[in-house]
Amino acid sequence: MFRLEPRKELSRTMFYLTPVLALLLTIIAGAIMFAALGKPPAEAIYTIFIGPLTSFRGFAELLVKATPLILIAVGLALGFRANVWNIGAEGQYTIGALSGGAVGLAAYPGGGYWLFPLMCIVGIVGGAAWAAIPAFLKTRFNANEILVSLMLTYVAVLLLSILVDGPLRDPEGLNFPESRLFQNAARVPTLIPHTRAHIGFIAAIVAAILAQIALARHVLGYQIRVLGAAPAAARFAGFSETRIIWMCLLISGGLAGLAGLFEAAGPVGQIVPQLPNNYGFTAIIVAFLGRLNPLGIIASGLLMALTYNGGDAAQITFGLPSAVKSVFQGMLLFFLLAVDVLVTYRVRRVPSAAAAKGS
Amino acid sequence: MADATLLDIREVTRAFPGVIANDHVSFSVGTGEIHALLGENGAGKSTLVKMIYGVMKPDSGSMALNGAPYAPNKPSDARARGIGMVFQHFTLFEGLSVADNVALGMEGRGTGRALAKDIVTLAASYGFTVDPDRMVGTLSVGERQRIEIIRVLLQKPRLIIMDEPTSVLTPQEVDVLFRTLRRVKSEGVSILYISHKLEEIRSLCDTATILRAGKVVANCDPRQETAKSLAEMMIGGLLKPPARAKTTPGPVRLRLNGLTLASDHQFGVDLQDLSLDVRAGEIVGIAGVAGNGQIELMEALIGERLAAADQIAHDGKPAGQLGPQQRRRLGMSFVPEERLGHAAVPALSLTENTLLSGIERKGLARNGMLNLGAAAAFAGTIVEQFAVKTAGVERMASSLSGGNLQKFVVGREVLQNPSVLVVSQPTWGVDAGAAAAIHQSLIDLAAAGSAVLVISQDLDELLAISTRIAVIANGRLSMTRRAEEITVEEIGRDMGGSTGGAAMASAKEPTHVQA
Repeated sequence: MFRLEPRKELSRTMFYLTPVLALLLTIIAGAIMFAALGKPPAEAIYTIFIGPLTSFRGFAELLVKATPLILIAVGLALGFRANVWNIGAEGQYTIGALSGGAVGLAAYPGGGYWLFPLMCIVGIVGGAAWAAIPAFLKTRFNANEILVSLMLTYVAVLLLSILVDGPLRDPEGLNFPESRLFQNAARVPTLIPHTRAHIGFIAAIVAAILAQIALARHVLGYQIRVLGAAPAAARFAGFSETRIIWMCLLISGGLAGLAGLFEAAGPVGQIVPQLPNNYGFTAIIVAFLGRLNPLGIIASGLLMALTYNGGDAAQITFGLPSAVKSVFQGMLLFFLLAVDVLVTYRVRRVPSAAAAKGS
Repeated sequence: MADATLLDIREVTRAFPGVIANDHVSFSVGTGEIHALLGENGAGKSTLVKMIYGVMKPDSGSMALNGAPYAPNKPSDARARGIGMVFQHFTLFEGLSVADNVALGMEGRGTGRALAKDIVTLAASYGFTVDPDRMVGTLSVGERQRIEIIRVLLQKPRLIIMDEPTSVLTPQEVDVLFRTLRRVKSEGVSILYISHKLEEIRSLCDTATILRAGKVVANCDPRQETAKSLAEMMIGGLLKPPARAKTTPGPVRLRLNGLTLASDHQFGVDLQDLSLDVRAGEIVGIAGVAGNGQIELMEALIGERLAAADQIAHDGKPAGQLGPQQRRRLGMSFVPEERLGHAAVPALSLTENTLLSGIERKGLARNGMLNLGAAAAFAGTIVEQFAVKTAGVERMASSLSGGNLQKFVVGREVLQNPSVLVVSQPTWGVDAGAAAAIHQSLIDLAAAGSAVLVISQDLDELLAISTRIAVIANGRLSMTRRAEEITVEEIGRDMGGSTGGAAMASAKEPTHVQA
């Protein structure tokens, strides 16, 4: 029989090395899986993890995918550190895209330099407002924010369907449930010319750096850490739990809303029912893979983006099912959690009980 | 006295990373003997008991029970061999009846009406009455302990291990317990009695084994020793009583004015009409058995729960409606009884833990940004002035032993020069050296003109440091009396107000950190 015993002192190095180990294990398991499927393992792994980095365009696409993941995960991580579990980033992302996008469409075909910043602000406000619902219900009625935020995701997605089929529908779009394509003034400025990489990536990096500073050096970040680690100590210190819950949900909702707006006004270019594509859920994995540390999340967001793009490439090159992406993301999270257990606990062999019966 | 050896411990050693908890420990417990296991926190008593009860296994050494080898793998092995244990923290379910609780501990060997009858018969044979259908949540602590003892006795043990059984009892309840234990002993059952209360051991135990730093330092007959000589064996040095300065009390700094507050814990105690003045220069002690409203009183004093504005006054100004941060701005400081998780965040460094209460008064933040340099300097000052043993201020609070963390927490509050300091259980689970340092710092703080309120279950502590003492029982507070005029018996009588239907809060009992 084996038993898990908590380790006395946690190794900091191991704590940060865990995601790297998880990645290596994912690669090994992935290779075995490909071999079992009769595909060349080395080439398949190369296609997923290295291939996307070998071309300039591939690199730019990496930034495109990483942008929403990092933006959302940074906000979620702040909440998770405080034990505030916003699981509904997908919904806040959708509302952000809808509200900010609607501003752009309302200005159609006009708009000047003011339009895009205004869309960003409205997107942030929209996402934050959507997250304010669980915040209000949690602080007022102690409603579970996990359930409320998750259920609101489905509400948001249905709202999107209604709106693209109604007020936001392209009048010249042959009744397809889609908005117009955004006019130029309503589009995200590009970061790298002739690619889809946009300035949202800069925003994501800035958000991560600010969040890192806030956590390490700002009073709010300190309050978040205390509330997450020892709620009784937060009460002892006199921190307002209500205020922290509100701040965490508003920030994570706002960042998710901004990510949605960037996606709609960037790579997608219009509001379509397919906008919600699980970035809000994948970002939860990204947040944990990055150890709930904003700088770690930059790395884990890029890595997750790689599995998205590389998975697509592998799917096409080797004729793999589209589930290959999800399998890799699932394996990453699985190995992360598994390695985490071994870092926090050690396995001890316990001799069987029969040995000590006597007398 | 023992005529035959029941339990024989030979050269038992158990090490943990960085510390040898038991280092070649040998002693034996005779049949029908009450054997004291004495030692400071961290001396290795708990580890030793865990090995005897099968929770842990020794790295080396052997044990024998009645001459036969004894190596339990799990507590049920120990019970099968006739060893029972009464834990310091009761293992009863408050929402279940007495009979159900006992049945759970019997591992299927008895249920239903027959068991209920056994409980009543056994209790009666020891002179108590027990209602098997009562919910445990409605019993007093003393009554709960009797249920624990009955549960062990029903299994007809040869040895009962009792871990700090009197820490939650009034002096009168202690007398009842001791009568029971002597009865048990007279029936040939041995008792291994773990405590650091020396007078109790002198009155109850036949032999004592004294542990210090994992080693047996003495075997003696406690009746032939004085409390002082036992204590000195335990700490391995001379005991120095705290030096008390004679101060004349100044103006009232903290006033409770009919403080009334309903508890929000399930089996909590409502505070009813508490009135008390604490003057500058005074240390006022509040004695009482755990679960008589101390938790609720501390919450109300810290401001974690708000009372009516005028029910708590600081320097004559109403403070009942102020939160903890606002009270600190007025000059109040607090040391709650639970160190890890309440007074300090285990996973944060000592530096970051100074921010919990010192962020404003010590100027550890400017414009919302933390000043970690200043916090580290403050942490360094605490570590130095209160002789906190730590590898550095960047170490996590959880890496400190209980006594050292308590010194750190008390130091953090005392060094903010509070006008009023409220301390709950200042030395619980703290070794004698650290306890003396903490007591001295409270005395010095009062001498410098602060008002100090100490809530404690340790009567000896209160008698040693307080100017006046009041007793809290069942959510009510007695009048204060001067410490030199009050006797232990009087305090005990006041404490006894909680027997009968008093609701207890053992679910909210603090976890005591063993250093």
